[in-house]
Amino acid sequence: MSVVALERLTYSYPGAPAPALDDVTLRVEEGELVVLAGRSGSGKSTLLRLAGGLVPHVHGGTVRGSAVVAGMDVRSHGPGELAAVAGSLFQDPETQVVMGTVRNELAFPLENRGESPAAIARGVEEAALALGIAHLLERPTHALSGGELQRVALAAALVGRPRIVLLDEPTSQLDPVAGDELIGLLRRLNEEWGTTILLAEHRLERCLTAADRVVAMADGRVVCDADPSSFLAWAHDAAPALETPGARLLASVGLGPAPVGVKQARAVLRSHGALPEADGSGPALLRAGPVAGKSSRERGREKSFPAPPARSASQVALRLRGVWVEPRGAPAILRGVDLSIAAGERVALMGRNGAGKSTLLRHVAGLASPSRGRIERSGRVALLLQNPNDYLVHERVSDEAPADALAAVGLTGFADRHPRDLSGGERQRLALAIVLGGEDVEPPALLCLDEPTRGMDRAHKADLAVLLGRLAATGTALLVATHDPEFAALVADRVVLLADGAPIADGAAADVLAGGWYFATETARILRGAGGALDPDAGAALVRAQLAGAAAPAAPPAAASASHPHPTEVPRR
Amino acid sequence: MPRRSPLHAVRALVGCLLCAVLALPALLFDSPLVLGAVCVSALAVGAAAGAARPLLRAALLALPFALVIALLNPLVTRNGLTVIARLGEAPVLGQVDVTLEALVYGCVLGLRALALILCCALYAAVVDPDEVLRLFRRVSFRSALTATLATRMVPVLQRDGRRMADAQRCRPGAPPSRVALVRAVAAGALDRAVDVSAALEVRGYGTARRPPRVRAPWSRHDVAFAAVTLALAGCTLAARFAGVASFDAYPLVRGDWGAAPWALAGALVLAPLLPFLDRRGIGR
Repeated sequence: MSVVALERLTYSYPGAPAPALDDVTLRVEEGELVVLAGRSGSGKSTLLRLAGGLVPHVHGGTVRGSAVVAGMDVRSHGPGELAAVAGSLFQDPETQVVMGTVRNELAFPLENRGESPAAIARGVEEAALALGIAHLLERPTHALSGGELQRVALAAALVGRPRIVLLDEPTSQLDPVAGDELIGLLRRLNEEWGTTILLAEHRLERCLTAADRVVAMADGRVVCDADPSSFLAWAHDAAPALETPGARLLASVGLGPAPVGVKQARAVLRSHGALPEADGSGPALLRAGPVAGKSSRERGREKSFPAPPARSASQVALRLRGVWVEPRGAPAILRGVDLSIAAGERVALMGRNGAGKSTLLRHVAGLASPSRGRIERSGRVALLLQNPNDYLVHERVSDEAPADALAAVGLTGFADRHPRDLSGGERQRLALAIVLGGEDVEPPALLCLDEPTRGMDRAHKADLAVLLGRLAATGTALLVATHDPEFAALVADRVVLLADGAPIADGAAADVLAGGWYFATETARILRGAGGALDPDAGAALVRAQLAGAAAPAAPPAAASASHPHPTEVPRR
Repeated sequence: MPRRSPLHAVRALVGCLLCAVLALPALLFDSPLVLGAVCVSALAVGAAAGAARPLLRAALLALPFALVIALLNPLVTRNGLTVIARLGEAPVLGQVDVTLEALVYGCVLGLRALALILCCALYAAVVDPDEVLRLFRRVSFRSALTATLATRMVPVLQRDGRRMADAQRCRPGAPPSRVALVRAVAAGALDRAVDVSAALEVRGYGTARRPPRVRAPWSRHDVAFAAVTLALAGCTLAARFAGVASFDAYPLVRGDWGAAPWALAGALVLAPLLPFLDRRGIGR
């Protein structure tokens, strides 16, 4: 029996010129794990909100066609009734937690259903144990980190044992470790509890291995409904922006089938003799360093970024000396951070949720002062915070930023629009224009960005990377805090890995991102870091060279790695 | 809410009643001694419960408000016999003569406002809002829903406000006008309210049934604070009916400054602190 059954469903938001869902026919069967793929604005979130009853009961609008969830017609049953069969988890955990403590938060849905105190106590304990948050039960919800909040919100969605769980980009605010843990958890719930899962996600490489089916959407329509491997084959031709890095890597060298995950990609490469065996035998090339005198990062960048201006070591945009941030009555957030960034250098700041990335950026930008240590800046520091909406206070785009700044971010044609009518990616660019300022403002020596790709699809990330590359080419240094290794690989020369308030690795992107497991791109994981290849194009070049039997001479360290030839292990304090 | 102190460990009903009974003398008495005792009592209980910081913050915020009341009263009232300043004719107000009695009564009103704000701050710091919500959901479901939404919005909007302030500090050049900021904050608050209400809906709050009564045994702290609350309520009402701590500002300042008002003030300050002596069983 179908848990979700949509039949020729068309939905329009109030006043919207075009339908958000257009003639959608879709069935999700009991126990399936279905991934919703698609670019921003394709209708994924609307579909999830419809299945949870928020559309049309909270958002209004007009519905045509039929929508039945667990036997209930969505048009006649509101979200309160559907909550008994459908648990929902959205992107922003802060607005989903409605009670003061974790225990109360988990008890809340059961109380609303009128369960007995004993049933509530048991349900809370079981949900907390299943999601590994039993130690958080007495904690106030306002004191939880983003990752913890997301787990608590998921536990609250699951505590009533719903037949279906609806998740809208639940990993967008999580670090790679927490994101992988969440996907693993969903898989376990799906397999052991038989819970049906409908998951919208941009980082498909993270969740396709767990999926039974992928439903791709575009302009409110279902454009592909297939198993993950068939979906990837379809995406290669019809929607390259939805292709995973692993699939693109193999497709680029003409190997198939499209791999759903790292394991499958390796198996395909191994079967063609293009991957080192676990015992170390196999093609020498992939065990060697960078090929043909250039790292994969260098070759990848040549396609999209102009070359950065020549700079000397004396052109330092930022220097941190022994910076400590010790809030009163709380553990230290930054512990003696030493960091130096040269003019025009592109640095990605990575680490788990709560590692201190955002705090570091706030201090670098001068929004707060460190407890100890010194921060030296060679000029103005511009900071783009996580939520671009926080910058938007005017009624017209042209009032928010000067014309030349709008032109620099490609928003000239939007000058008369209302800022809140822009898409997520456009708002991000507008916020960037605001912090950069116009020609009458001193250009920033350093641009800091805090999680700029949160909730962004792959195409928008690529656009942003190109924009940032252009800025860096003018001599502005970049410091980008991100959880997304693919974006870090795309945008950074150098990666600093932060843990517990201190850098634990600092080196060239090709070294840091190819050498890790969680903080590594899918290409690097497939190739086990061979050749420092981080992106599919660079990886494909390596594999193609190997397949052609053209062994290349070992090369000196790449230019991008010159200042940081190997990751620097920083002693913990 | 973490159970940091015996007061945090009591049931919401007892916590609410204690705060209400502490505020009761501020409503029933004009005596500066009693009003001062209420302020001291709220601060002392907050300190004993480990919530001195939020109470001091509330006091700092309330002081200018109390000062405005104290200074405004002599300008708008014509009562009192002891004129201490003649300010002449003023538009709307007419002849303004400042009297000592009106100034004293202004101080009494300011002190009362301060005492009430401190009691409210104590309530916010020590009583679990989730428990209060459960308490009132059995009585009035819709009111509890509204209160929940409002309660949840406060910390969410506080965080939004902080982020927005940071974002505006990141703008180069002149900051945006206050009108633009207020408009943006209002728009953001509406967006947030929709998000929070959607979260409440998908947790089934919109169709919630009346929650079952939970019969939890009374703890030693419940009993101790309930006893103190009852004793304070009894003392306060008895003193009021007996005319203890009487105070009149008009036409001349006259007050009862004998032993009884001092005893009442002492009871108001010391009695709520007694249950804090027993800290057993406050953890969970």
